[in-house]
Amino acid sequence: MSATTLPDAPVATASAPHVTPASAMPDVLPQVAPRGRVLTFIRRHPTIFAGGLLLSLVVFVAVAAPLLGTADPTALAPAKRTREPSALYWFGTDMLGRDIYSRVLYGARVSLIVGFAVALLASVIGMVIGLVSGFVRWADSVIMRVMDGLMSIPPILLAIALMALTRGSVGNVVTAITIAEIPRVSRLVRGVVLSLREQPYVEAAVASGTRVPMIIWRHIVPNTLAPITVQATYICASAMITEAILSFIGAGTPPIIPSWGNIMAEGRALWQVKPYIVFFPAVFLSLTVLAVNLLGDGLRDALDPRMAKRL
Amino acid sequence: MLGYLARRMLATIPVMAIVALFVFSLLYIAPGDPAAIIAGDQATPADVERIRAGLGLDRPFLIRFGEWVWHVLNGDLGVSIFTNLPVTRMIQQRLEPTMSLMVLTLILSIAIAVPMGVLAAWNQGTWIDRVIMVLAVFGFSVPVFVVGYILAYVFALELDWFPVQGYTPLARGFGPWLNNLVLPSVALGGVYIALIARITRATMLEVLGQDYVRTAKAKGVGSRTILFLHALKNAAVPIVTVIGIGVALLIGGAVVTESVFAIPGLGRLVVDAILRRDYPVIQGVVLLFSFVYVLVNLGVDLLYTVFDPRIRY
Repeated sequence: MSATTLPDAPVATASAPHVTPASAMPDVLPQVAPRGRVLTFIRRHPTIFAGGLLLSLVVFVAVAAPLLGTADPTALAPAKRTREPSALYWFGTDMLGRDIYSRVLYGARVSLIVGFAVALLASVIGMVIGLVSGFVRWADSVIMRVMDGLMSIPPILLAIALMALTRGSVGNVVTAITIAEIPRVSRLVRGVVLSLREQPYVEAAVASGTRVPMIIWRHIVPNTLAPITVQATYICASAMITEAILSFIGAGTPPIIPSWGNIMAEGRALWQVKPYIVFFPAVFLSLTVLAVNLLGDGLRDALDPRMAKRL
Repeated sequence: MLGYLARRMLATIPVMAIVALFVFSLLYIAPGDPAAIIAGDQATPADVERIRAGLGLDRPFLIRFGEWVWHVLNGDLGVSIFTNLPVTRMIQQRLEPTMSLMVLTLILSIAIAVPMGVLAAWNQGTWIDRVIMVLAVFGFSVPVFVVGYILAYVFALELDWFPVQGYTPLARGFGPWLNNLVLPSVALGGVYIALIARITRATMLEVLGQDYVRTAKAKGVGSRTILFLHALKNAAVPIVTVIGIGVALLIGGAVVTESVFAIPGLGRLVVDAILRRDYPVIQGVVLLFSFVYVLVNLGVDLLYTVFDPRIRY
């Protein structure tokens, strides 16, 4: 609509003639070197940098697992059961003789896939539900009561109940954890939508006759992206932990797939005599979750300074 | 106040109804044939039919749901597929260890986390604050079973201060009971402590910036009195809210903690039920835990009036 572009028009034409002398001015400020910019970023957002670096390392390990001196993570070698960590078996072998170093490295794939997939799916679905809830009055009370109900079931138990009725697979684990995480995202988005609706620029858009889909797309969605991104990192972290817990108690990915939870579940019976079987996947899981959490904290501080003070 | 109490309690009914509907309808909306999945791969068609009839899957959904709700309201959660025992009795047998673990963790966590958060807020920006906040990030990141194994390895296997595993009923004495629960409680409390410490620090920072705190300081009120009498009381509402919401973490964590420390509680019951695909037991425990969670948060709502007399209902 022309109504929305009107305020910009006079400013643009008025400033146009003044542009030419400005470009003739000498360059007083020195060009900022790209390296300086990187250093400034690290100094300003050390947690984003640390978390991002650590997470990139884990992603690299997961993607390049076949190139990092690993063996087949599912290859059985009954003759070489429960070897202590050594130069040959860096992290030792488990009770079926499988190389734990290889299993842990390949296990990174499962955790990352589950974490990222759940974060993405829960954010998108939660966003749609939150938008509908924030804009459609009659649907709001129904949706929010359902979400209240779902939120009253502790997420891990909800995922367990879902997994008990399906066969273990990575896809089912992702679905179960996503369903458990959706209520929190929808509540967040709904809250943001309700407060944005009262903003003067949204009221102005309504007054100038902008259609609702356009308002949602142009004014609401962009403003929900920052809190959702932060929330998505926390969902990613909690999804990784939930996947490990589900696999650990036997309700997650099938035992054939080397996931950190599965490796720990297998090492559980022997942990008092062979603690290294549990130790290595535990360290990798904790570091990965730590990386994602650091990234989330850093993003939160960078994207919303007001929220940073509050939490 | 009484009117509010009644209204607030009535409001939990639709929430519980939705929980019940969801937990129940999972059997119907699950992809594939739940009777076949519960029966397992080695089951004969007769087994599958027996389970289908036992769960009532051969009858219409609404009738089955009505019956089930009626039974639940009468304290009947059905019969375990595996042991053929009533689910209510199985839950009763496992209730004490889980309640002990959760109550002890709750007390321990609040006792550790709130002073930590206050300390961090009071020393904002110093190394004390930073150390506490770094600890909180670690608390969020290290999963409960990892903490459990580390604690068990160091304090039980190496130092031999506490038993490695197991549970002693309270009836056999407070000392042995506590001795068995210390490590599991600390492990389970990790995330919870991080959560409470963070929110305590954040709300305390907000409250400490208020005018009345400055006035109290100007009057010469001691810093301990300011912190714990003036500030903490005014910061209590968000802290108590988070303590209530965080109970969900405790419930989820208890399932894992009981597995690590071999505590025969409800968590173990759920884990065993998953391995046997004993759905009535899972249903019963999920329903019970959700009910407890809703009740805890109802209690929290009512506590608001205690901490903030301005809130009237």
